[in-house]
Amino acid sequence: MLDIKNLSVTVSDEAGTVDILKNISLTVEDQKLVAITGPNGGGKTTLARAIMGLIPSTGGSIWWNGADLTKCNVTERARLGVSYGFQQPPRFKGMKVKDLLAIAAGKELGHDEACTYLTKVGLCARDYLERDVDPSLSGGEVKRIEIATVLARRCPLMIFDEPEAGIDLWSFARLTETFSEIHEKKEATILIISHQERILRLADEIVLVANGEVQTRGPMEEIYPQILDDTVSGCNLLEVDPKC
Amino acid sequence: MLNDIQKRILEVVAGMKNGEAAGAVNIRVDGKKEYRSNSEHITITSKEDKEGIDIRIEPGVKGEEVHIPVVLTEAGFKDKVYNDFFIGEGADVTIVAGCGIHSCAGCDSQHDGVHTFYVGKNAHVVYTETHYGEGDDTGRRVLNPETILYLEEGALVNLETTQIKGVDDTRRYTKAVLGKGAEIIITEKLLTHDGQHAESEMDVFLNGEDSRTRVISRSVAQDTSEQVFYPRVEGNARCFGHVSCDAIIMGEAKVKAIPAITCNHVDAGLIHEAAIGRIANDQIVKLETLGLSAEEAEEKILEGFLR
Repeated sequence: MLDIKNLSVTVSDEAGTVDILKNISLTVEDQKLVAITGPNGGGKTTLARAIMGLIPSTGGSIWWNGADLTKCNVTERARLGVSYGFQQPPRFKGMKVKDLLAIAAGKELGHDEACTYLTKVGLCARDYLERDVDPSLSGGEVKRIEIATVLARRCPLMIFDEPEAGIDLWSFARLTETFSEIHEKKEATILIISHQERILRLADEIVLVANGEVQTRGPMEEIYPQILDDTVSGCNLLEVDPKC
Repeated sequence: MLNDIQKRILEVVAGMKNGEAAGAVNIRVDGKKEYRSNSEHITITSKEDKEGIDIRIEPGVKGEEVHIPVVLTEAGFKDKVYNDFFIGEGADVTIVAGCGIHSCAGCDSQHDGVHTFYVGKNAHVVYTETHYGEGDDTGRRVLNPETILYLEEGALVNLETTQIKGVDDTRRYTKAVLGKGAEIIITEKLLTHDGQHAESEMDVFLNGEDSRTRVISRSVAQDTSEQVFYPRVEGNARCFGHVSCDAIIMGEAKVKAIPAITCNHVDAGLIHEAAIGRIANDQIVKLETLGLSAEEAEEKILEGFLR
């Protein structure tokens, strides 16, 4: 179980102090698929990054299966079974797709196994395993390889930050099937930051994060109509200052 | 008879298990011919006027290999050799050279190899050269290779040089002169550490119409080591050339890259790019999320970069 208790993230710069996450509490039961959505700048990515340890939290705690993650660095969290798919993954000159998948899996992968992970993100192993994860790949290709590395880790907790960003419609359809399959087979607890209705529809629960807080949470049929009501003709009411 | 140190070095620099390899072989140990074998179409002979060998590859030979490694293990040995390669028209060969030094306390060891290639019309050559040093650190290990290549019409050369570790001082010079439709791909990989110093100068002359080159330099400078790259490409006809220097610096190392391109013909298209910097933090963090420690992540990144 993932249990986030009173989590706060505050950053300071020359302009002053900003509370990005304000006292967030959230529990995710094992094998659930939870979608986090909300307006840009509302704190979704910061929440996901704080769980992986990519940004330091300034208050509260994050518990995963009884372990306090806030006391662990990124490597330790990864070894405790937390995995993370970056929204904008880095490229590596000289590192082949198969090398990255092997690091993720913690062992050399046979062709068939490596092929399985790539197929799940809509890539053909024959074309990609020997390619370098460098700038010769398009943004969408790198993104799909990134997701494949998370799949290859086979962790009990998978976090994806906007997996749909930069991915074409055909690959996106394949990706949603993959998420759905992992969820149906109860292979992992999945946390997906997304704005896509297709992904929101897969979720057991939708959590709406805005202004650094959990605004509301609940099943799709309950939350999605509220979101639609709150957003009118490109103007997101959640972002509008009522005093204006 | 080769001893265990020599056998190990031969495996590192020339991929020769137990000091053995297929095809024509010439092993030089401490300035002397240790072993030589010719193949049906490849002949190796000693030079009579100076140290070194002539390697003659018959025209049309396909898929054969030549191994000509050098090993230095004798205390304070300094060696200079001239090896000339005559590659016949239409031949297709792989040449594996390499030098490994096992130094002893307080003794400097040095090997300067001058390799000249005459690559015949439409011949294809893969040439790999690996440099490596080991042993007591109070003795300096110095390697100054010079590689000169003349490519006739339609010749293709893939030149790959690697300096793995343990070489204290190196000054490398590479020169290639290309005829019509010839192509050379030069890949240079270099790792320096501690207080090592490495310099690599290069001149590629694209003289023939439709000649091409790609120069790829990948290097890692660790600790207080210093590296200087000076690749120069000159286009004297309708041609294409691309030079890219990529370096990772760590610790207090210094790297200087000065790629120079000169176009002397209106249809010469030459490009250069150079990038030097530390390992990108997002790369390390990504590998940490895959369960590696920061040190393991760094190692993997460097391993890939220098592959």
